[in-house]
Amino acid sequence: MKVLVAMSGGVDSSVAAAELIDQGHEVVGVTMRLWGGESDTGCCSVSDVDDARRVAQQLGIDHLVFNFSDDFNEHVVAPYVQAHVDGITPNPCIECNRHLKFDRLSERARDLGFDAVATGHHAQVSRGDDGVYRLTRGHDQLKDQSYVVYMLDQTELAFTMFPVGHMTKAQVRDRAVALGLRTATKPDSQDVCFISRTGGRETFLGNRIEFRKAAVVTSDGVAAGAVEALELVTIGQRRGLGLPGGGPKQFVVDVDTPNARVVIGNEDQLLRDGLAVNNVMWANVSPVVGQKVLVQSSAHGAAVAATVEHVSDAVAADGVGSQRIGGANLVLRFDVAQRRIAPGQSIVCYDVTNSFVLGGGIAEAINPTKN
Amino acid sequence: MAIRKNNAFSDEAIADFVYLDHAASTPMRQEAIEAMTPFMSGIYANPSGSHRFSRIARKAIDEARDDVAEILGCKVGEVVFTSGGTEGDNAAIFGAARRRAGIAVCSAAEHHAVLHCVENLKGQVVGVDATGVIDVAELERVLQQAQSTDDPSDRVSVVSVMAVNNEVGSISPLRQVAKVVRANAPDAVLHTDAVQATCWQDLREISKLVDVLSVSAHKFGGPKGMGITVQRLGLEIDPLIVGGGQERDRRSGTHNVAGIMATAAALRATDTTRDAEVARVTKLRDALVDGVMSQLDDVVETVPRDKRVAGIAHICIAGCESESVLYLLDEAMICASAASACASGAMEPSHVLTAMGVDKKYSMGALRMSLGHTTTEGEIDRAISALVGVVRQLRRNKVKA
Repeated sequence: MKVLVAMSGGVDSSVAAAELIDQGHEVVGVTMRLWGGESDTGCCSVSDVDDARRVAQQLGIDHLVFNFSDDFNEHVVAPYVQAHVDGITPNPCIECNRHLKFDRLSERARDLGFDAVATGHHAQVSRGDDGVYRLTRGHDQLKDQSYVVYMLDQTELAFTMFPVGHMTKAQVRDRAVALGLRTATKPDSQDVCFISRTGGRETFLGNRIEFRKAAVVTSDGVAAGAVEALELVTIGQRRGLGLPGGGPKQFVVDVDTPNARVVIGNEDQLLRDGLAVNNVMWANVSPVVGQKVLVQSSAHGAAVAATVEHVSDAVAADGVGSQRIGGANLVLRFDVAQRRIAPGQSIVCYDVTNSFVLGGGIAEAINPTKN
Repeated sequence: MAIRKNNAFSDEAIADFVYLDHAASTPMRQEAIEAMTPFMSGIYANPSGSHRFSRIARKAIDEARDDVAEILGCKVGEVVFTSGGTEGDNAAIFGAARRRAGIAVCSAAEHHAVLHCVENLKGQVVGVDATGVIDVAELERVLQQAQSTDDPSDRVSVVSVMAVNNEVGSISPLRQVAKVVRANAPDAVLHTDAVQATCWQDLREISKLVDVLSVSAHKFGGPKGMGITVQRLGLEIDPLIVGGGQERDRRSGTHNVAGIMATAAALRATDTTRDAEVARVTKLRDALVDGVMSQLDDVVETVPRDKRVAGIAHICIAGCESESVLYLLDEAMICASAASACASGAMEPSHVLTAMGVDKKYSMGALRMSLGHTTTEGEIDRAISALVGVVRQLRRNKVKA
């Protein structure tokens, strides 16, 4: 097959390219130029492009650079900034996968006559006897990235390859060392690629939006402290709230954006037994009401048991988030109450054996607790 | 798996390319290669030395300078050998700005080697018309407004207007520009980046209009890393590079003797063959554009033919993205380009097309095919058929999606 492999300049995608060559595919490497601004962790800094190009040269494959910075700004950076204004905690890496790697890039690959797009994600695609494609967790449990690529439907899964998904990270690095690739010992990327480590999120957002001061109050409305930037506060946060020391642990349990208030409470007040999810995508078919699923709400968090209470293609009439994001609606009921998940986070449902992705969506602002 | 060595290209493979990227770099002329070779082995002395071996090298440079001066229509003492067009542009603009008070002014369609200098100096950028050439009336307004201020630092120190645009090939009205600058800002230095003009225009006509003119050798069959700047005698501008005082203190650094010899030889060959080449290449370029446009709908010629140089065919293809077109052309062994590439190698959206006000529907499908002294009719035929096929394939896929 003719495969276009996205090479970020990291070790996983370097070895992914090598694996594809081994498998006998006709391979072309591509680095996406996504961010033109200042960044020191960037997946698209010139030095990372250099690394990707040198690896491609070592492997004897062509290397291209595609400039998708307009799309990246439109679909990732601008919504990231707007989400903070709206009191939502976004996951830009997932939006990049959704809109750039598995939409813009895969569309470009189809245009150019490629049969598949490959990335260095630790996830696996398999095809069952029934012809259905499944997105399963990466072989390396600690490095599994199926959560960040949950948005792949049958069409995209059929077009996507994860050549290192069956390997452990240690095996990937060993392979890179054996091949003498210059990316062999490069550390994993950790941060949001378009935000510089020195300035951080606060500087990045502060250059783009005006922060609002906000009162910190208890759930009874009693004033307890103040924050300089409402937009930087996240559900579950404990520090930086201007609270006096001592006393029981206090958490942010709600961010009331319209009224510029941060509500704090104890850990119990943070617990929710249900969750509404918006903008859902299913790998194959949607689950049915009453179905047991395992729910993961962060990149490396544990999946917890829940039951599908409601699932529909209709937009929830009262959903704040649903009006913003659009799409279908899903309500999950946890077996054991969980700490509240910040609106905007991706919620991914796995099957009960915790091995493959059913689909997922975005945690939304409405909050179906029973009380 | 055995690691394969870097893609090594044989002469045969290179001969199979259809090379339509001469505006980016054109092959070295045989005369240039022959002129430089003796100075890369036998005559290695530093021409600034006092011994007879140095004098041999010095004589070669002096003769080359005579040649260059004649072709560029300037005095021998006005020729400065540089490392290329970017250095020439930087030296002219920063050099002028350092010596005299005032702002730097250029057109919005300048090459980045000029534009970034002016932006760096917080200068003023003047708009261009739909063909990509400077709006002379706007330039006049800008100059008049700047010159009417009491503070000398708000007046104009340098104006830089390219002779020929490197992307779309449009020819600037330098005669009008010069008239407006001399009338409204008589103390300002007038510079032109003539990098894309050398092959197609007689520079004798251009050099007399300006104070500083810069060209780049590898655009006319000389080596990379060489350029020439013509700097009017008596013009006071600071040198960009100081040191040993070569080039009459205007550009220090040991002379690149071999490079200078090759540059002069390439310039001579370019000048001798220019008239015939313009006629030949114009015919090929028109055949290329006509061939493509007669077979494809919704392709526009960015600049009318009579407004641009012979070597550049610039078209915009609706419904296609430049990066996709270039990739598929590359697969078909056709070398072309779109706008300028950034440090990472990614294609940048063209500031020239933006300044010209080209609709995004068309500018996203921009394609520059530039012809040169080695371009043949056979190459043009192959390029037409490849490009037509590529555009049809991409448009078919779009319809399916």
